[in-house]
Amino acid sequence: MIAIATGKRARNLRELRECLRTIDSGSIYYHFWGGLLRPRFDDPEYHNDFAIWIARSLHNKALAERLAVIDPVAYGSMETVRNELIDIIEESLDETEFPLWAKRDDQFEFIRHQIVVFDTHMIANTPESLLVILPEMSLGSIFYHIVDARRRNENSLDDFQNWLRGFGSTYEPLCRAMREICPYFTALKDLRDELAHAFTTYFHKEDL
Amino acid sequence: MTEISLLDRYAEVAGGDVIEQLRQLARPLKGLRFVHINATRVGGGVAEILQKMVPLMQELGIDTRWEVITGESGFYQCTKHFHNAVQGNQVNIPERYLKVYEETNAHTAEELKGVLDEADLVIVHDPQPAALISHFPSRKGKWVWRCHVDASKPFRPVWKYLAQFVSGYDASIFSISGFAQQLPHPAYIIAPSIDPLHEKNVQLPEEEIRTVRNSFDIDPERPMILQVSRYDRFKDPVGVIRAFQMAKNFIPLLQLVLAGGGATDDPEGEEVFQEVQMVAADDPDIHVLLLPGDAFHTINALQRSADIVLQKSLKEGFGLTVTEAMWKNKPVIGGDTGGIRIQVVNHHTGFLVNTPEGVALRIRYLFHNREMRESIGRKAREFVRENFLITRQLREYLTLICALLHGKEERIELG
Repeated sequence: MIAIATGKRARNLRELRECLRTIDSGSIYYHFWGGLLRPRFDDPEYHNDFAIWIARSLHNKALAERLAVIDPVAYGSMETVRNELIDIIEESLDETEFPLWAKRDDQFEFIRHQIVVFDTHMIANTPESLLVILPEMSLGSIFYHIVDARRRNENSLDDFQNWLRGFGSTYEPLCRAMREICPYFTALKDLRDELAHAFTTYFHKEDL
Repeated sequence: MTEISLLDRYAEVAGGDVIEQLRQLARPLKGLRFVHINATRVGGGVAEILQKMVPLMQELGIDTRWEVITGESGFYQCTKHFHNAVQGNQVNIPERYLKVYEETNAHTAEELKGVLDEADLVIVHDPQPAALISHFPSRKGKWVWRCHVDASKPFRPVWKYLAQFVSGYDASIFSISGFAQQLPHPAYIIAPSIDPLHEKNVQLPEEEIRTVRNSFDIDPERPMILQVSRYDRFKDPVGVIRAFQMAKNFIPLLQLVLAGGGATDDPEGEEVFQEVQMVAADDPDIHVLLLPGDAFHTINALQRSADIVLQKSLKEGFGLTVTEAMWKNKPVIGGDTGGIRIQVVNHHTGFLVNTPEGVALRIRYLFHNREMRESIGRKAREFVRENFLITRQLREYLTLICALLHGKEERIELG
């Protein structure tokens, strides 16, 4: 993934709301999910860039909390996420008499992104072969097959589940275990570990 | 004995998986011709990076050349003015300098015509060669302008002049999003990086570190804090001394080293240096060092000697001295500004501060929490390994190139 400046910037809540109305949905996606490809430490307080900026630069922790709780997975499309963001910000604006301004060099910078997808030449012929492959996958690959896939695939499922579904209901218990893994609150390294764990548990149970 | 390849040497520090990803990304670019153009082969951050970036790209199988634009003194006068103006200084550039600038670019375009006509991708670094593009109206390749300086608030008349050339490029690259200017093409964000194999960053034997410390009378038995930067008011060296004095009331054995260089040809730099010397004069525990621009080994040893590194800037571009210190396992106390914010994460890789009092507080905190200091240092190195090494910058360059050559869509699938 590579970041591209959109040239749109906001210094206060009103400007943020105005930009949110027109910005490309890819930019909203980036500010929710792009953080996964950036390093995270332990347990970040807020999980999207809007909440982080509002807490850090506008010092509005109440609003930051309300925005941080938005989990895009639960909203279906980025357009719905956009509307939710605008609604919450408008509500906050109604309650605020003097909206705070961020410093000039601390504005919210709207970023969009491009993803370049290339063949890693790692091939899984059977679901079981993923036991070996998963721990070796790059974090970029995990992002592509788990996070990007949900936006790319019409049924909003990740690539692994879609592939496993091709085997009928055989792997439904494994798919169920995968659905319990939450990508939004999980760093990619941990996401990879949790997936590997789900596969190991499933196939080792089968062995017994 | 077989010689170890450059890629293998980087694999040792950055990780084999990182190099493997570079190989995968480079595969579809094999056979294409790339050219980097800047203004010098030695000295300065751009040349330092290109010295490694170009051979790395070649080893990945990409046909990469590095060309340099050179001119007479009027050309450099002009480009020095550009450099200052892009960073916000109000500079009126005489018309005759602009004429020399354009003539030099025209002359270089003529010299490099064959190479640039045939290139699939040309990356032009900074304003010096930016006008070359106007001599290739029917170019077949993509041209990218890489801006290495803080262009967030350029002096408008000069920016307007440069923008007439820059606008013609297919894309531009800025170091952080706040630096990006509105242009009629995609403005990519690629942070700068350090080279872990550079003399400034390689591991040093303890003996060499001791020799450097002794040469400046720095007591190895006592705690030491360090700031490496030019003598410039934006780096707030006087604020650093005030913070040191406050912290010293609680840590009496503390020593401060201020190390900077290359300020003697800069009238304001010389003035700031004198001022710093005056403020520090009464305290033998403050070491104010004026080092030559190529004192890489000395800087490396000083950074490795320090317990904590400061970068108390009031304004900063990216702050690669912060990256260098973090790579050496040092917690950094940095000014809450510019690129320092991207690197210093409170309680994880260091602390962001706004005042000398804030610096003093964090110095005391870190000296009283040895484990925390060491843990922050470890995290800081890992943070740099993942984000600010030349291999990451190269990966982003390759990603950008793939994107530029294959379309404007959000998701580009290479065959």
